[in-house]
Amino acid sequence: MGNKQTIFTAQQLDAYQDCTYFTRKEILRLFDRYRDLAPQLVPLDYTNHPDVKLPYELIGSMPELKDNPFRQRIAEVFSEDGEGNMTLDDFLDMFSVLSEMAPRDLKASYAFKIYDFNNDDFICKSDLEKTLNRLTRNELTEDEVRMVCEKVIDEADLDNDGRLSLEDFQHMIVRAPDFLSTFHIRI
Amino acid sequence: MSEGEMAALKEEVEEKKKVIATLRNQPWRMKKRLVVLKEAQEFVEKFEGALGKGKGRKLYAYKVMMTKILMGLPYGSIPRKTVPREEQETAMDYSVLFDFGGYCKYSFLFYGYYNNEPTIGVLKFRLPLSYLLVGVGIFGYSLMVVIRTMARNANEGGDGGEEGDFTFSWKMFTSWDYLIGNPETADNKYASITTSFKESIVDEQENQKDENIHLRRFLRVLANFLIVSCLGGSGYLIYFVVKRSQEFANMKKDNLSWFEKNEVEFVMSLLGLVCPPLFETIAELEDYHPRIALKWQLGRIFALFLGNLYTFLFALFDEVTAKLESEKVIKNSTEWVLNQYYSNYSSFYNTTDVPPPAVHPSDVIRGPCWETGVGIEFVKLIVSDIQVTYLTILIGDFVRAVIVRFLNYCWCWDLEAGFPSYGEFDISGNVLGLIFNQGMIWMGAFYAPGLVGLNVLRLLSSMYYQCWAVMCCNVPHERVFKASRSNNFYMGLLLLVLFLSLLPVVYTIMTLSPSFDCGPFSGQEKMYDVIMETIEKDLPAFIGNLFSYATNPGLILPAVLLMVLALYYLNAVSKAYQQANTDLKKKMQMARDEEKNRRNNKDSTNQVMKDLEDLLPNKSLIPPPTEEEPPPPDVVIEKGSKSPKMKPGAAAKGVNLQKDVSLAAPNPRAPVTRAPGPRKGPPGNARGPQPGPGRGRGRGGPPRH
Repeated sequence: MGNKQTIFTAQQLDAYQDCTYFTRKEILRLFDRYRDLAPQLVPLDYTNHPDVKLPYELIGSMPELKDNPFRQRIAEVFSEDGEGNMTLDDFLDMFSVLSEMAPRDLKASYAFKIYDFNNDDFICKSDLEKTLNRLTRNELTEDEVRMVCEKVIDEADLDNDGRLSLEDFQHMIVRAPDFLSTFHIRI
Repeated sequence: MSEGEMAALKEEVEEKKKVIATLRNQPWRMKKRLVVLKEAQEFVEKFEGALGKGKGRKLYAYKVMMTKILMGLPYGSIPRKTVPREEQETAMDYSVLFDFGGYCKYSFLFYGYYNNEPTIGVLKFRLPLSYLLVGVGIFGYSLMVVIRTMARNANEGGDGGEEGDFTFSWKMFTSWDYLIGNPETADNKYASITTSFKESIVDEQENQKDENIHLRRFLRVLANFLIVSCLGGSGYLIYFVVKRSQEFANMKKDNLSWFEKNEVEFVMSLLGLVCPPLFETIAELEDYHPRIALKWQLGRIFALFLGNLYTFLFALFDEVTAKLESEKVIKNSTEWVLNQYYSNYSSFYNTTDVPPPAVHPSDVIRGPCWETGVGIEFVKLIVSDIQVTYLTILIGDFVRAVIVRFLNYCWCWDLEAGFPSYGEFDISGNVLGLIFNQGMIWMGAFYAPGLVGLNVLRLLSSMYYQCWAVMCCNVPHERVFKASRSNNFYMGLLLLVLFLSLLPVVYTIMTLSPSFDCGPFSGQEKMYDVIMETIEKDLPAFIGNLFSYATNPGLILPAVLLMVLALYYLNAVSKAYQQANTDLKKKMQMARDEEKNRRNNKDSTNQVMKDLEDLLPNKSLIPPPTEEEPPPPDVVIEKGSKSPKMKPGAAAKGVNLQKDVSLAAPNPRAPVTRAPGPRKGPPGNARGPQPGPGRGRGRGGPPRH
């Protein structure tokens, strides 16, 4: 593959390579995916760092994300403005963390952010209820939801403040056998 | 710059480099990372000149090709490689080929093809030695791979341990598969997650009402008895059928129907098909938790296959001994013929330099090659296994799906929801099938080297075929149950199968003598004599001495003893670690419960503590909730020393006790029902015991409501 691309400077590509788990080719491919979402908004020349943000609706309609019940939270966590509107940097960041190569601890801290709906750095009961209702599409009764959330706090809350801090969450999730394989998006 | 400054600077540069290397692992925004990267890179460049990029080294792995086939003599050159004259007419017939007779039998697929010359070809490739070493090496390599995989799985924290420490948490946070990109799959996933939660809730709420433990036990014993008798029956059936096939082998081939010729394989595959559902139905009597029931089911299927395989082997063994007997007879006659030839020749031409008999290779009298016979049996078994599997999928899944889909329009009850419905993809059954397939390959590979290639083809085609079948005809399981949290359960089974398939092969290598005219070990007393020969003739003398020392019993026995001692020691150490682990866990649990109850009730958690409080004059053992300064040391020590006196279960009991106490009589302090809010100072009488009846027993606190 020659160095014929004109989208990024060589330093930019190298910098992206150092900051994500992707190779040059993958970064260019991701750029193409990003651009395909809105060709009229995304310029072909990123050498002067244009400030382009794609609205959440476009991100959420990507085939990799459209069936995910947490897609809005994912977009919000990885976007700079916290609303789900993503720049190319955010886009690369998101798929880098969700890729196979990302280590467990990194994924765990981002997973924590995703499931923390009210962004208060703690997963409290209401966050758990929202998560559960998204997962089961509101099929469980209120009692069942309450019971499950209580059990989760019971199991994972180590410092006994009635909610899960990042340490509690990490302590619980690193032991989970399925975490790495499920918290993974391939693009 | 001074030395110290240089060193400090170098350290800083190293640190910056490390930052760059671990930049991706930090949970920062991309912008922040880019900024930090730039800074670090500038710093490094400034003080180190151009940053040298290390080029990654690529490692190339070369696989050694099986050169046996490539370097051996071609077909037809020596007797063992050619079809005997009498068989030649039928050698190309499809039916004969199907039975792996004819050209197949005398091809490189089977053991008998290989010549016994010590070296062949230009490169002096040692065929017999390599055959033996590869055969044994396969087992060694497989063993290493399986054990390494098991160790790796165990390290990744999932060795079927902590069943239920984090059940609900894991269900909540790791059950959604982020790779799902298909709406139908997503629907299925939602349904299975909901079902799984409901089940766990039910599990949690259920009190094990031992309705009728005697009935349950009786039913379980009955079920086990039925299943054992099934296993015995199937074993006997196989033995019977193999014996019959030996009789058939003595009759003329043309009088037998296809069924009779392939009876053994047919019966074995049939048993493998019919018995597992039978076991499942019988297991309904037992009424176990689904996960436990699954483990029992897998264990029974395992026992079934093992029993069948070993019965098959024993029956085969009888055949082998029979062949060895007949071989002796033929050997004698062949030698007699050769001797006649030589004596005639030398007497006729009056020379001692006798050229070998000019007999066409296909006319030479051939002994029955028992190894090839065994190889053929294995290959037939595997082929019939393949056929049965493919047919089952075709009929059991595809035809069933077609019927359910199209007949549903004109049928009285709903076929899709009711009786047949679509098949489910049986994960555990398929994995077991793969494991047993592998076991059979391990057993048969020594006698039929072509089996390995055959199996590779089978696996490739089977993968595509089953992939199609699953996507087209199956529905996912309603309840997702894994037999174990990790893959180590199946790896353990694989290891067991490896050992069990190793045994027959090793036994035959060590005890049975090879055929006299076929295979790479012909003419030797035992197969491993090849190694002895090589050591004596080809390697330098001192290695031979070394081996003779190493195989001296005086050396082996102490080595074995040492290994046993090491095993014992490691076992003891591991037990000690496990004990320490459980103790620590208990301590943590106790501490947590104490904390929890302290916060909830501002009261002590167990009866002992309460009694002590009563006894002590103006001192409370509970540190004041508002002033968080360190409580007086003796209080801490006392409290600390009291805890171990609690029995391990007391922590849990303490919790209940607390609940009981608060239910039984009103708590003068804050009620339990209020959520743990900001800690306010307890009412003024907190420090001292209540006058009158002691706290915690028949209390006479201020009436509540």
